[in-house]
Amino acid sequence: MNSAELTLGKHVFITAEAAQPTPPEAGPRSALRISLLTLAGVLLLWWGVCASGLIAPLFLPPPQAIVAKLWLTATRGYMDATLWQHLGASAFRIVTALVAAVLFAVPVGIAIGLSRTARGVLDPLIEFYRPIPPLAYLPLIVIWFGIGELSKVLLIYLAIFAPIAIATATGVRNVDPTRLRAAQSLGASRWQLIRHVIVPSAQPDILTGVRIGLGTGWSTLVAAELVAATRGLGFMVQSAAQFLVTDVVVLGIIVIAVIAFTLELGLRALQRRLVPWQGQSR
Amino acid sequence: MSSLIVDRVSVRYPGAQGTALSDVSLTVPPESLVVALGPSGCGKTTLLNLIAGFIKPTSGTITLDAEPVTGPGAERGVVFQDDALLPWLNVGDNVAFGLRLRGVRQREREARAREVLQLVDLADHAGHKVWQLSGGMRQRVGLARALAANPQVLLMDEPFGALDAFIREQMQALLLRIWRETGKRVFLITHDIEEAVFLATDLVLMSPGPGRIVERLQLDFGRRHAAGEPVRSIKAEPDFIAVREHVLARVFAHRTNRAEGAIA
Ligand SMILES: Nc1ncnc2c1ncn2[C@@H]1O[C@H](COP(=O)(O)OP(=O)(O)O)[C@@H](O)[C@H]1O
Ligand SMILES: [Mg+2]
Repeated sequence: MNSAELTLGKHVFITAEAAQPTPPEAGPRSALRISLLTLAGVLLLWWGVCASGLIAPLFLPPPQAIVAKLWLTATRGYMDATLWQHLGASAFRIVTALVAAVLFAVPVGIAIGLSRTARGVLDPLIEFYRPIPPLAYLPLIVIWFGIGELSKVLLIYLAIFAPIAIATATGVRNVDPTRLRAAQSLGASRWQLIRHVIVPSAQPDILTGVRIGLGTGWSTLVAAELVAATRGLGFMVQSAAQFLVTDVVVLGIIVIAVIAFTLELGLRALQRRLVPWQGQSR
Repeated sequence: MSSLIVDRVSVRYPGAQGTALSDVSLTVPPESLVVALGPSGCGKTTLLNLIAGFIKPTSGTITLDAEPVTGPGAERGVVFQDDALLPWLNVGDNVAFGLRLRGVRQREREARAREVLQLVDLADHAGHKVWQLSGGMRQRVGLARALAANPQVLLMDEPFGALDAFIREQMQALLLRIWRETGKRVFLITHDIEEAVFLATDLVLMSPGPGRIVERLQLDFGRRHAAGEPVRSIKAEPDFIAVREHVLARVFAHRTNRAEGAIA
C-alpha cells in the first residue's frame, strides 16, 4: 500500500491509498424461494396422503381431482352457473362496495382528521360498529333491506368503510407540520392546504386503509354469500358442502384464497407505484 | 421606512413555565444578512416563527415595510432545516409550487422555476424526484422554492444544520452569492458560531432563560466573500479568528453566569 507523509508543525499527516473494495457476499436465499418450496412441500404431502389411500376422497380429494374439477366448473359450471359467473357475482359485489366506500370514507376520514367537531360526531359512531363482526348485524340488514344484492353490498361496504375512514383520518392528522407551514408561507389558503398538501400527504395511509378494508371486505363477502345468495363463490362452497361435493368445496376455498392474495399483491404494487417515496430515506 | 422590524416582542407559550422570548427588538434593513446565534433553547426558532407569522407574540409588534405581520404570507419566504419538500412533485414543480397556488400559468411557472434552479446550480435537475436527491441538493431546492415566490425577505431556520461540514461550507458560499445577486434581505438562525460570523452583516447573540438578545455585532466577512474573496482565506485570517473567539467567549460567559446564578 502506498502512503505519503506530510509534516505540519509537530503534527504528522499520513495519507494512504484507499483499500480495495471487497465484492459483496452472495445474499441469503430469497424469502420467495422458501415460500415456493413450502407450497410445493404441502402439495406433495397432500398428494402423497391421498395416493396412499389413508384418507377417503370424500374427506380430502387429491390435487389432480381439484384441477379436473376446476376445468369442469369453469366450462360446465356448478349449480346453474360456471365458476366465472360465481366469481363475477362476488367480484361485482366487492367492487361496488369498494367504490362506494372509497367515495364516502375518504371525505369522512378527512373531515375527522381536520375538524374537532366532525371527529366528535363521527369517531364514536365508527368506533362503535367497527369491532362488531359483520355477520352479527347481517340479520338486521336483511330485515331492513331484504335478501337482495343491496344487503350484501351494504354489508361489505360497512366492513370496508371503517378501515379506510380511520386510516385516512390518521394520515391527515399525521401530516408533517413543517410541510403545512411551508405551504402557508407560500400563500396557500386553507382549501389549497387540504387539496395540495394534506390529501397527497395522507395518500399512503389511505392506500393502506383500502388494502386492509379490501381484506376484511372480501372475507365478509364470502361469509355473507353463505347466508343468502344464488350465485357467488361463498354460495358455491356452501351448497357444495350441503351435498358433500368436497372437491368443489376445496376448489372454492382455493379460488377465494388466491383472489384475496392477488388483491393484496395488486394493491401493494399499486402502492409502490403511487407512493414510491414511502420508505425512502428522507 | 422599508425594513423588517421586530419591536419589543415577548412570547410565553401557554402551559410552559418561563418566557421563551423576552423583550426582543431587531431590525432587518434592506441588503442586510442578519444572523441570530445562540445555544439550543434560546428562542431562535420562536423568533423566526414570529416573523414568519406561524405564531403570535404575547406582546410587541412585527412589521414588514410598515405592514404589520398577522400570519404567514408569501412576502416572507421560509427555508426550513428539514426541507419540507413535497415528494409527489418533482424538483421543478416543488420550486413552482407557490406560483401554482397563485394561479400562475404553467408555461410561466416553468420559466421561473428554471430561472431560480439556475441560481442554485440545479438547472438540469427540474425533472428529478426530490426523494432521490442528497441533503444539500434538497436544501437548495427548498431555497429555490422560497426564492421563486419573490419574497421581500428570506427567513432561514438552521438551513444547513443537517449537512456535513463540506457541503455546509459550499452552501454558505452559495447563499452569499444568491444574497448578492438577488439583493434579498436574509434573516438566518444557526447555532454554528463560525457560520454565523462568516455570513452575518449583523450578528445577534442570544441567550436562554429567558430567551433574549445579549449582544449585537456588525461584521463584513460575508460581504467580502460576496465581493470575491475566497472562503478559506477569510476564515483563516486573524481577524476572523479573533471575532469567532470573542463570540465563543460571550456565549460561554452567559452560560457560566447562568450556572453560577443557579448555584447561588
Ligand atoms: N410549542 C412550544 N410550546 C411550549 N414551549 C415551547 C414551544 N416551542 C418552544 N418552546 C420552548 O421555548 C424555548 C425556546 O425554544 P426555541 O425557540 O425552539 O429555541 P431554539 O430554536 O433556539 O432552540 C425553549 O425553552 C422551548 O422549550
Ligand atoms: Mg430551533
